[in-house]
Amino acid sequence: MIHTLDARVKFLLAIGFILTTSLTPGERWPVFILLLAVILSVEVLSELGILFVWRRALLALPFVLAALPLLFTTTGNTLFEFYMGKWHLMASWEGLERFASIAMKSWLSVQAAILLASCTPFPELLAAMRAVRIPRLLVAIFGLMWRYLFVLVDEAMRLMRARAARSSTSDQTATRPGRDIAWRARVTGGMAGNLFLRAFDRSDRIYMAMLARGYDGEIRSTPLYPLTAQERLVLTVGFLILLLLLTLAYLL
Amino acid sequence: MHHSIEIDHLTFAYPDGHPALDDVSLIIQPGEKVALIGPNGAGKSTLILHLNGILTGKGFVRVCGLDVSQPGNLNRIRAMVGLVFQSPDDQLFSPTVYDDVAFGPLYQGLPLEEVNQRVTDALNAVRMSAYIQRVSHHLSVGEKKRIAISTVLSMNPEVLVLDEPTAGLDPRARRSLINLLHEMPLTMLVSTHDMHLVRDLFPRMIIMDEGRIVADGQTEQLLYNTALLEQHGLEAPC
Repeated sequence: MIHTLDARVKFLLAIGFILTTSLTPGERWPVFILLLAVILSVEVLSELGILFVWRRALLALPFVLAALPLLFTTTGNTLFEFYMGKWHLMASWEGLERFASIAMKSWLSVQAAILLASCTPFPELLAAMRAVRIPRLLVAIFGLMWRYLFVLVDEAMRLMRARAARSSTSDQTATRPGRDIAWRARVTGGMAGNLFLRAFDRSDRIYMAMLARGYDGEIRSTPLYPLTAQERLVLTVGFLILLLLLTLAYLL
Repeated sequence: MHHSIEIDHLTFAYPDGHPALDDVSLIIQPGEKVALIGPNGAGKSTLILHLNGILTGKGFVRVCGLDVSQPGNLNRIRAMVGLVFQSPDDQLFSPTVYDDVAFGPLYQGLPLEEVNQRVTDALNAVRMSAYIQRVSHHLSVGEKKRIAISTVLSMNPEVLVLDEPTAGLDPRARRSLINLLHEMPLTMLVSTHDMHLVRDLFPRMIIMDEGRIVADGQTEQLLYNTALLEQHGLEAPC
Protein backbone atom coordinates (compact mmCIF):
# COMPACT_ATOMS: atom_id res chain seq x y z
CA MET A 1 0.00 0.00 0.00
CA ILE A 2 2.79 2.41 0.92
CA HIS A 3 4.78 1.17 -2.06
CA THR A 4 2.15 2.17 -4.63
CA LEU A 5 1.47 5.61 -3.14
CA ASP A 6 2.54 8.51 -5.35
CA ALA A 7 6.17 9.48 -4.74
CA ARG A 8 5.24 13.17 -4.32
CA VAL A 9 2.89 12.35 -1.43
CA LYS A 10 5.49 10.16 0.23
CA PHE A 11 8.26 12.69 -0.23
CA LEU A 12 6.23 15.57 1.22
CA LEU A 13 4.98 13.52 4.16
CA ALA A 14 8.50 12.26 4.94
CA ILE A 15 9.87 15.82 4.88
CA GLY A 16 6.90 16.93 7.00
CA PHE A 17 7.57 14.19 9.52
CA ILE A 18 11.25 15.06 9.77
CA LEU A 19 10.43 18.77 10.21
CA THR A 20 7.86 18.00 12.92
CA THR A 21 10.37 15.80 14.72
CA SER A 22 13.10 18.40 14.66
CA LEU A 23 10.78 21.25 15.67
CA THR A 24 9.50 19.37 18.71
CA PRO A 25 11.22 20.76 21.85
CA GLY A 26 13.66 18.37 23.50
CA GLU A 27 11.80 17.48 26.67
CA ARG A 28 8.38 16.66 25.16
CA TRP A 29 8.66 12.90 25.52
CA PRO A 30 4.92 12.12 25.06
CA VAL A 31 5.08 13.70 21.59
CA PHE A 32 8.16 11.63 20.69
CA ILE A 33 6.27 8.50 21.68
CA LEU A 34 3.34 9.55 19.47
CA LEU A 35 5.73 10.26 16.58
CA LEU A 36 7.28 6.83 17.11
CA ALA A 37 3.77 5.34 16.97
CA VAL A 38 3.13 7.11 13.67
CA ILE A 39 6.35 5.91 12.05
CA LEU A 40 5.88 2.38 13.44
CA SER A 41 2.40 2.12 11.96
CA VAL A 42 3.72 3.24 8.57
CA GLU A 43 6.49 0.66 8.90
CA VAL A 44 3.90 -2.04 9.57
CA LEU A 45 1.76 -0.86 6.63
CA SER A 46 4.79 -0.86 4.31
CA GLU A 47 5.34 -4.60 5.00
CA LEU A 48 9.09 -4.01 5.02
CA GLY A 49 9.37 -5.35 8.54
CA ILE A 50 10.24 -3.17 11.50
CA LEU A 51 13.49 -5.06 12.05
CA PHE A 52 14.61 -4.28 8.50
CA VAL A 53 14.14 -0.54 9.08
CA TRP A 54 15.77 -0.64 12.49
CA ARG A 55 18.80 -2.53 11.28
CA ARG A 56 19.32 0.10 8.62
CA ALA A 57 18.72 2.88 11.13
CA LEU A 58 21.78 1.65 13.04
CA LEU A 59 23.83 3.33 10.31
CA ALA A 60 22.95 6.70 11.81
CA LEU A 61 24.24 5.69 15.23
CA PRO A 62 27.81 7.01 14.86
CA PHE A 63 26.50 10.48 13.99
CA VAL A 64 24.57 10.63 17.26
CA LEU A 65 27.91 10.49 19.05
CA ALA A 66 28.56 14.03 17.83
CA ALA A 67 25.97 15.14 20.38
CA LEU A 68 27.77 13.37 23.23
CA PRO A 69 29.61 16.51 24.49
CA LEU A 70 26.19 17.96 25.41
CA LEU A 71 26.20 15.55 28.30
CA PHE A 72 29.05 17.51 29.87
CA THR A 73 28.51 21.05 28.60
CA THR A 74 24.95 21.49 29.86
CA THR A 75 24.84 22.80 33.41
CA GLY A 76 22.39 21.36 35.94
CA ASN A 77 22.06 18.66 38.55
CA THR A 78 25.18 16.52 38.61
CA LEU A 79 24.72 12.98 37.39
CA PHE A 80 28.31 11.83 37.82
CA GLU A 81 31.73 13.41 37.55
CA PHE A 82 35.28 12.29 36.93
CA TYR A 83 38.75 13.63 36.20
CA MET A 84 40.54 13.07 32.92
CA GLY A 85 44.07 14.38 33.39
CA LYS A 86 43.56 17.94 34.55
CA TRP A 87 40.07 18.11 33.04
CA HIS A 88 37.17 17.95 35.40
CA LEU A 89 34.17 16.47 33.56
CA MET A 90 30.72 16.78 35.06
CA ALA A 91 27.68 15.12 33.48
CA SER A 92 24.27 16.58 34.27
CA TRP A 93 20.72 15.22 34.14
CA GLU A 94 19.76 18.06 31.83
CA GLY A 95 22.64 17.17 29.53
CA LEU A 96 21.56 13.55 29.49
CA GLU A 97 18.01 14.55 28.57
CA ARG A 98 19.20 16.77 25.73
CA PHE A 99 21.48 14.07 24.42
CA ALA A 100 18.71 11.46 24.63
CA SER A 101 16.23 13.72 22.82
CA ILE A 102 18.71 14.42 20.02
CA ALA A 103 19.35 10.70 19.68
CA MET A 104 15.60 10.08 19.60
CA LYS A 105 15.02 12.78 16.99
CA SER A 106 17.71 11.49 14.69
CA TRP A 107 16.48 7.92 15.11
CA LEU A 108 12.92 8.94 14.17
CA SER A 109 14.07 11.03 11.20
CA VAL A 110 16.35 8.31 9.89
CA GLN A 111 13.48 5.83 10.01
CA ALA A 112 11.34 8.17 7.92
CA ALA A 113 14.13 8.59 5.38
CA ILE A 114 14.74 4.83 5.20
CA LEU A 115 11.03 4.18 4.71
CA LEU A 116 10.88 6.72 1.92
CA ALA A 117 13.95 5.32 0.18
CA SER A 118 12.96 1.67 0.49
CA CYS A 119 9.36 2.12 -0.66
CA THR A 120 10.03 4.40 -3.62
CA PRO A 121 11.99 3.63 -6.77
CA PHE A 122 14.73 6.23 -6.99
CA PRO A 123 13.76 7.66 -10.40
CA GLU A 124 10.25 8.32 -9.07
CA LEU A 125 11.74 10.02 -6.05
CA LEU A 126 13.76 12.30 -8.35
CA ALA A 127 10.63 13.14 -10.34
CA ALA A 128 8.85 13.90 -7.07
CA MET A 129 11.65 16.23 -5.97
CA ARG A 130 11.41 18.10 -9.27
CA ALA A 131 7.62 18.28 -8.91
CA VAL A 132 7.86 19.95 -5.49
CA ARG A 133 10.25 22.59 -6.89
CA ILE A 134 13.53 21.41 -5.42
CA PRO A 135 16.17 23.18 -7.56
CA ARG A 136 16.61 21.21 -10.77
CA LEU A 137 20.38 21.35 -10.67
CA LEU A 138 20.34 19.74 -7.22
CA VAL A 139 18.00 17.02 -8.42
CA ALA A 140 20.21 16.45 -11.45
CA ILE A 141 23.20 16.06 -9.13
CA PHE A 142 21.29 13.54 -6.98
CA GLY A 143 20.37 11.62 -10.10
CA LEU A 144 23.90 11.49 -11.49
CA MET A 145 25.27 10.58 -8.08
CA TRP A 146 22.87 7.66 -7.78
CA ARG A 147 23.65 6.51 -11.30
CA TYR A 148 27.43 6.59 -10.97
CA LEU A 149 27.81 5.54 -7.36
CA PHE A 150 27.38 1.94 -8.48
CA VAL A 151 29.88 2.38 -11.30
CA LEU A 152 32.36 3.78 -8.81
CA VAL A 153 31.76 0.96 -6.33
CA ASP A 154 32.36 -1.54 -9.13
CA GLU A 155 35.56 0.26 -10.02
CA ALA A 156 36.74 0.17 -6.42
CA MET A 157 35.93 -3.55 -6.28
CA ARG A 158 37.99 -4.18 -9.42
CA LEU A 159 40.94 -2.23 -8.01
CA MET A 160 40.78 -4.27 -4.82
CA ARG A 161 40.60 -7.48 -6.82
CA ALA A 162 43.71 -6.46 -8.77
CA ARG A 163 45.50 -5.74 -5.51
CA ALA A 164 44.48 -9.11 -4.03
CA ALA A 165 45.77 -10.86 -7.15
CA ARG A 166 49.23 -9.43 -6.56
CA SER A 167 49.37 -9.78 -2.80
CA SER A 168 51.59 -12.82 -2.53
CA THR A 169 54.30 -14.55 -0.54
CA SER A 170 57.86 -14.79 -1.78
CA ASP A 171 59.62 -18.14 -2.14
CA GLN A 172 62.37 -16.68 0.01
CA THR A 173 61.35 -17.84 3.45
CA ALA A 174 62.82 -14.99 5.48
CA THR A 175 60.43 -12.31 4.21
CA ARG A 176 57.19 -11.20 5.79
CA PRO A 177 54.29 -10.57 3.40
CA GLY A 178 52.35 -7.34 3.61
CA ARG A 179 55.37 -5.30 4.76
CA ASP A 180 54.12 -2.84 7.41
CA ILE A 181 50.96 -0.92 8.02
CA ALA A 182 52.40 2.41 6.85
CA TRP A 183 53.26 0.95 3.46
CA ARG A 184 49.85 -0.69 3.10
CA ALA A 185 48.17 2.56 4.08
CA ARG A 186 50.18 4.38 1.41
CA VAL A 187 49.07 1.88 -1.23
CA THR A 188 45.45 2.27 -0.17
CA GLY A 189 45.82 6.03 -0.25
CA GLY A 190 47.18 5.78 -3.79
CA MET A 191 44.18 3.67 -4.77
CA ALA A 192 41.77 6.20 -3.30
CA GLY A 193 43.53 9.01 -5.19
CA ASN A 194 43.39 6.96 -8.36
CA LEU A 195 39.68 6.42 -7.91
CA PHE A 196 39.22 10.14 -7.44
CA LEU A 197 41.14 10.95 -10.63
CA ARG A 198 39.09 8.45 -12.59
CA ALA A 199 35.82 9.78 -11.21
CA PHE A 200 37.00 13.22 -12.28
CA ASP A 201 37.90 12.00 -15.78
CA ARG A 202 34.66 10.14 -16.06
CA SER A 203 32.66 13.21 -15.10
CA ASP A 204 34.38 15.05 -17.95
CA ARG A 205 33.50 12.29 -20.41
CA ILE A 206 29.90 12.17 -19.14
CA TYR A 207 29.58 15.91 -19.51
CA MET A 208 30.91 15.73 -23.08
CA ALA A 209 28.50 12.92 -23.86
CA MET A 210 25.68 15.06 -22.46
CA LEU A 211 26.76 18.05 -24.53
CA ALA A 212 26.93 15.83 -27.59
CA ARG A 213 23.25 15.10 -27.11
CA GLY A 214 22.25 18.73 -26.77
CA TYR A 215 22.52 19.34 -23.02
CA ASP A 216 22.32 23.08 -22.29
CA GLY A 217 22.33 23.12 -18.50
CA GLU A 218 18.60 22.59 -18.23
CA ILE A 219 17.16 19.19 -17.48
CA ARG A 220 13.76 18.58 -18.96
CA SER A 221 11.36 15.93 -17.88
CA THR A 222 7.92 14.77 -18.88
CA PRO A 223 5.26 16.43 -16.73
CA LEU A 224 3.59 14.27 -14.07
CA TYR A 225 -0.18 13.78 -13.93
CA PRO A 226 -1.94 15.82 -11.20
CA LEU A 227 -2.57 14.13 -7.84
CA THR A 228 -5.85 12.22 -7.59
CA ALA A 229 -8.47 13.13 -4.99
CA GLN A 230 -7.51 10.11 -2.92
CA GLU A 231 -3.83 11.08 -2.93
CA ARG A 232 -4.75 14.61 -1.92
CA LEU A 233 -6.77 13.17 0.95
CA VAL A 234 -3.82 11.06 2.17
CA LEU A 235 -1.58 14.11 1.96
CA THR A 236 -4.02 16.35 3.87
CA VAL A 237 -4.73 13.79 6.60
CA GLY A 238 -1.00 13.13 6.98
CA PHE A 239 -0.23 16.83 7.36
CA LEU A 240 -3.12 17.32 9.80
CA ILE A 241 -1.77 14.54 12.02
CA LEU A 242 1.71 16.08 11.96
CA LEU A 243 0.31 19.55 12.67
CA LEU A 244 -1.69 18.18 15.58
CA LEU A 245 1.42 16.56 17.05
CA LEU A 246 3.38 19.76 16.65
CA THR A 247 0.65 21.81 18.36
CA LEU A 248 0.58 19.27 21.14
CA ALA A 249 4.34 19.58 21.53
CA TYR A 250 4.07 23.32 22.20
CA LEU A 251 0.91 23.17 24.34
CA LEU A 252 2.18 20.48 26.69
CA MET B 1 57.28 -32.70 -12.70
CA HIS B 2 53.93 -31.10 -11.91
CA HIS B 3 51.45 -29.69 -14.38
CA SER B 4 51.28 -25.91 -14.42
CA ILE B 5 47.48 -25.82 -14.29
CA GLU B 6 45.17 -28.69 -13.46
CA ILE B 7 41.42 -28.11 -13.32
CA ASP B 8 39.14 -31.01 -12.56
CA HIS B 9 35.33 -30.87 -12.82
CA LEU B 10 35.11 -27.22 -11.83
CA THR B 11 31.58 -25.86 -11.50
CA PHE B 12 30.73 -22.34 -10.39
CA ALA B 13 27.60 -20.20 -10.08
CA TYR B 14 27.53 -16.52 -9.15
CA PRO B 15 25.78 -15.61 -5.88
CA ASP B 16 22.68 -14.53 -7.80
CA GLY B 17 22.35 -18.12 -9.03
CA HIS B 18 23.56 -17.41 -12.56
CA PRO B 19 25.68 -20.43 -13.57
CA ALA B 20 29.05 -19.45 -15.04
CA LEU B 21 31.14 -22.62 -15.20
CA ASP B 22 29.81 -26.12 -15.78
CA ASP B 23 32.07 -29.12 -15.22
CA VAL B 24 35.28 -27.65 -16.66
CA SER B 25 38.38 -29.87 -16.76
CA LEU B 26 41.74 -29.11 -18.36
CA ILE B 27 45.47 -29.60 -17.92
CA ILE B 28 48.15 -27.20 -19.10
CA GLN B 29 51.76 -28.40 -19.18
CA PRO B 30 54.64 -26.15 -18.11
CA GLY B 31 55.78 -23.94 -20.97
CA GLU B 32 52.60 -24.47 -22.97
CA LYS B 33 50.93 -21.43 -24.56
CA VAL B 34 47.17 -21.85 -24.69
CA ALA B 35 44.44 -19.59 -26.04
CA LEU B 36 41.02 -19.46 -24.41
CA ILE B 37 38.34 -18.54 -26.93
CA GLY B 38 34.61 -18.05 -26.68
CA PRO B 39 31.81 -15.53 -27.04
CA ASN B 40 31.15 -12.88 -24.38
CA GLY B 41 29.69 -14.44 -21.27
CA ALA B 42 31.10 -17.89 -22.05
CA GLY B 43 32.85 -18.03 -18.67
CA LYS B 44 36.41 -17.24 -19.77
CA SER B 45 37.00 -14.47 -17.24
CA THR B 46 35.29 -16.48 -14.51
CA LEU B 47 37.61 -19.41 -15.21
CA ILE B 48 40.63 -17.12 -15.08
CA LEU B 49 39.60 -15.72 -11.71
CA HIS B 50 39.63 -19.27 -10.32
CA LEU B 51 43.31 -19.70 -11.13
CA ASN B 52 44.45 -17.63 -8.18
CA GLY B 53 41.56 -18.20 -5.86
CA ILE B 54 39.74 -14.89 -6.28
CA LEU B 55 36.69 -17.02 -7.03
CA THR B 56 36.30 -20.56 -5.72
CA GLY B 57 33.84 -23.04 -7.18
CA LYS B 58 33.03 -26.70 -6.69
CA GLY B 59 35.74 -28.94 -8.07
CA PHE B 60 39.48 -29.07 -7.97
CA VAL B 61 42.02 -26.47 -9.12
CA ARG B 62 45.74 -27.03 -8.72
CA VAL B 63 48.32 -24.50 -9.88
CA CYS B 64 52.03 -25.36 -10.01
CA GLY B 65 51.34 -28.33 -7.76
CA LEU B 66 49.48 -26.29 -5.10
CA ASP B 67 45.81 -26.77 -4.27
CA VAL B 68 43.99 -23.44 -4.68
CA SER B 69 41.27 -24.39 -2.17
CA GLN B 70 43.84 -24.43 0.68
CA PRO B 71 43.83 -20.88 2.09
CA GLY B 72 47.46 -21.26 3.15
CA ASN B 73 48.52 -21.72 -0.46
CA LEU B 74 46.75 -18.67 -1.82
CA ASN B 75 49.55 -16.17 -1.36
CA ARG B 76 52.14 -18.45 -2.98
CA ILE B 77 49.79 -19.13 -5.87
CA ARG B 78 49.21 -15.44 -6.45
CA ALA B 79 52.96 -14.98 -6.88
CA MET B 80 53.18 -17.88 -9.31
CA VAL B 81 50.17 -16.94 -11.42
CA GLY B 82 50.64 -13.53 -12.98
CA LEU B 83 47.07 -12.46 -13.67
CA VAL B 84 46.66 -9.40 -15.89
CA PHE B 85 43.15 -7.98 -15.98
CA GLN B 86 41.46 -6.83 -19.15
CA SER B 87 41.36 -3.16 -18.24
CA PRO B 88 44.85 -1.87 -17.46
CA ASP B 89 43.14 0.88 -15.48
CA ASP B 90 42.15 -1.74 -12.93
CA GLN B 91 45.60 -3.24 -12.90
CA LEU B 92 47.39 0.07 -12.35
CA PHE B 93 46.15 1.40 -9.05
CA SER B 94 49.23 3.27 -7.82
CA PRO B 95 50.31 6.83 -8.60
CA THR B 96 53.46 6.04 -10.60
CA VAL B 97 54.68 3.22 -12.83
CA TYR B 98 57.40 2.38 -10.32
CA ASP B 99 54.92 2.03 -7.46
CA ASP B 100 52.75 -0.30 -9.47
CA VAL B 101 55.50 -2.57 -10.72
CA ALA B 102 57.05 -2.62 -7.25
CA PHE B 103 53.77 -3.46 -5.51
CA GLY B 104 54.07 -7.27 -5.82
CA PRO B 105 57.68 -7.60 -4.62
CA LEU B 106 57.22 -4.92 -1.94
CA TYR B 107 54.16 -6.74 -0.63
CA GLN B 108 56.19 -9.92 -0.43
CA GLY B 109 58.53 -8.04 1.90
CA LEU B 110 61.62 -8.37 -0.29
CA PRO B 111 64.61 -6.12 0.48
CA LEU B 112 64.65 -2.82 -1.40
CA GLU B 113 67.65 -3.62 -3.64
CA GLU B 114 65.93 -6.76 -4.86
CA VAL B 115 62.66 -4.89 -5.39
CA ASN B 116 64.47 -2.31 -7.52
CA GLN B 117 66.22 -5.04 -9.49
CA ARG B 118 62.90 -6.80 -10.13
CA VAL B 119 61.27 -3.54 -11.24
CA THR B 120 64.13 -2.82 -13.64
CA ASP B 121 64.01 -6.35 -15.06
CA ALA B 122 60.24 -6.36 -15.41
CA LEU B 123 60.20 -2.99 -17.18
CA ASN B 124 63.08 -4.08 -19.43
CA ALA B 125 61.14 -7.19 -20.36
CA VAL B 126 58.29 -5.07 -21.71
CA ARG B 127 60.75 -2.41 -23.03
CA MET B 128 59.32 0.33 -20.88
CA SER B 129 62.31 1.15 -18.64
CA ALA B 130 62.15 4.81 -19.64
CA TYR B 131 58.70 5.09 -18.06
CA ILE B 132 59.71 4.16 -14.52
CA GLN B 133 58.89 7.54 -12.97
CA ARG B 134 55.87 8.33 -15.14
CA VAL B 135 52.37 8.79 -13.78
CA SER B 136 50.38 5.78 -14.99
CA HIS B 137 47.24 7.86 -15.31
CA HIS B 138 48.61 9.71 -18.34
CA LEU B 139 49.89 6.77 -20.40
CA SER B 140 48.32 5.53 -23.63
CA VAL B 141 46.35 2.28 -23.62
CA GLY B 142 49.19 0.38 -25.31
CA GLU B 143 51.69 1.68 -22.76
CA LYS B 144 49.36 0.87 -19.88
CA LYS B 145 48.97 -2.65 -21.23
CA ARG B 146 52.71 -3.23 -21.19
CA ILE B 147 53.10 -1.78 -17.72
CA ALA B 148 50.22 -3.98 -16.56
CA ILE B 149 52.12 -7.05 -17.77
CA SER B 150 55.31 -5.91 -16.09
CA THR B 151 53.43 -5.50 -12.78
CA VAL B 152 53.05 -9.27 -12.65
CA LEU B 153 56.43 -10.09 -14.21
CA SER B 154 58.05 -8.43 -11.20
CA MET B 155 56.72 -11.29 -9.05
CA ASN B 156 58.65 -13.83 -11.22
CA PRO B 157 55.52 -15.84 -12.03
CA GLU B 158 55.53 -19.29 -13.59
CA VAL B 159 52.25 -18.84 -15.40
CA LEU B 160 51.09 -15.71 -17.18
CA VAL B 161 47.32 -15.38 -17.46
CA LEU B 162 46.03 -12.55 -19.64
CA ASP B 163 42.43 -11.44 -20.14
CA GLU B 164 41.89 -9.93 -23.61
CA PRO B 165 45.42 -8.52 -23.96
CA THR B 166 44.93 -7.00 -27.42
CA ALA B 167 41.51 -5.42 -26.84
CA GLY B 168 41.53 -1.70 -27.63
CA LEU B 169 45.06 -1.61 -29.07
CA ASP B 170 45.98 -0.02 -32.37
CA PRO B 171 47.68 -2.33 -34.92
CA ARG B 172 51.21 -1.25 -34.04
CA ALA B 173 50.74 -1.60 -30.29
CA ARG B 174 49.02 -4.92 -30.89
CA ARG B 175 51.83 -6.21 -33.10
CA SER B 176 54.50 -5.24 -30.60
CA LEU B 177 52.54 -6.87 -27.77
CA ILE B 178 52.30 -10.09 -29.79
CA ASN B 179 56.07 -10.03 -30.37
CA LEU B 180 56.58 -9.46 -26.68
CA LEU B 181 54.40 -12.41 -25.67
CA HIS B 182 56.13 -14.53 -28.29
CA GLU B 183 59.52 -13.96 -26.66
CA MET B 184 58.45 -14.78 -23.13
CA PRO B 185 59.32 -18.30 -22.02
CA LEU B 186 56.44 -18.52 -19.50
CA THR B 187 53.44 -20.84 -19.48
CA MET B 188 50.54 -18.80 -20.83
CA LEU B 189 46.78 -18.96 -20.77
CA VAL B 190 45.29 -16.08 -22.71
CA SER B 191 41.61 -15.31 -23.08
CA THR B 192 40.95 -13.43 -26.32
CA HIS B 193 38.63 -12.63 -29.22
CA ASP B 194 41.58 -11.88 -31.46
CA MET B 195 41.80 -14.86 -33.84
CA HIS B 196 44.94 -13.55 -35.56
CA LEU B 197 46.64 -13.51 -32.18
CA VAL B 198 45.53 -17.10 -31.63
CA ARG B 199 46.85 -18.20 -35.01
CA ASP B 200 50.21 -16.46 -34.59
CA LEU B 201 50.98 -17.26 -31.01
CA PHE B 202 49.18 -20.27 -29.59
CA PRO B 203 49.70 -23.87 -30.74
CA ARG B 204 46.76 -25.01 -28.61
CA MET B 205 43.31 -23.49 -28.18
CA ILE B 206 40.35 -24.13 -25.92
CA ILE B 207 36.86 -23.05 -26.97
CA MET B 208 34.32 -22.28 -24.25
CA ASP B 209 30.62 -21.59 -24.59
CA GLU B 210 27.92 -21.29 -21.92
CA GLY B 211 30.33 -22.27 -19.16
CA ARG B 212 31.58 -25.47 -20.79
CA ILE B 213 34.67 -26.43 -22.74
CA VAL B 214 33.32 -27.35 -26.17
CA ALA B 215 36.64 -28.00 -27.91
CA ASP B 216 40.27 -28.35 -26.86
CA GLY B 217 43.00 -29.12 -29.36
CA GLN B 218 45.54 -28.01 -31.94
CA THR B 219 44.93 -24.49 -33.16
CA GLU B 220 45.68 -25.35 -36.78
CA GLN B 221 42.91 -27.93 -36.78
CA LEU B 222 40.27 -26.11 -34.75
CA LEU B 223 40.83 -22.74 -36.36
CA TYR B 224 39.75 -24.01 -39.77
CA ASN B 225 36.75 -25.96 -38.54
CA THR B 226 34.36 -23.21 -39.61
CA ALA B 227 31.25 -25.16 -38.68
CA LEU B 228 32.45 -25.50 -35.09
CA LEU B 229 33.51 -21.84 -34.86
CA GLU B 230 30.25 -20.55 -36.29
CA GLN B 231 28.22 -22.74 -33.98
CA HIS B 232 29.79 -20.88 -31.06
CA GLY B 233 29.57 -17.40 -32.51
CA LEU B 234 33.22 -17.18 -33.61
CA GLU B 235 34.96 -16.45 -36.89
CA ALA B 236 38.04 -17.93 -38.48
CA PRO B 237 40.79 -15.35 -39.25
CA CYS B 238 40.84 -14.48 -42.92
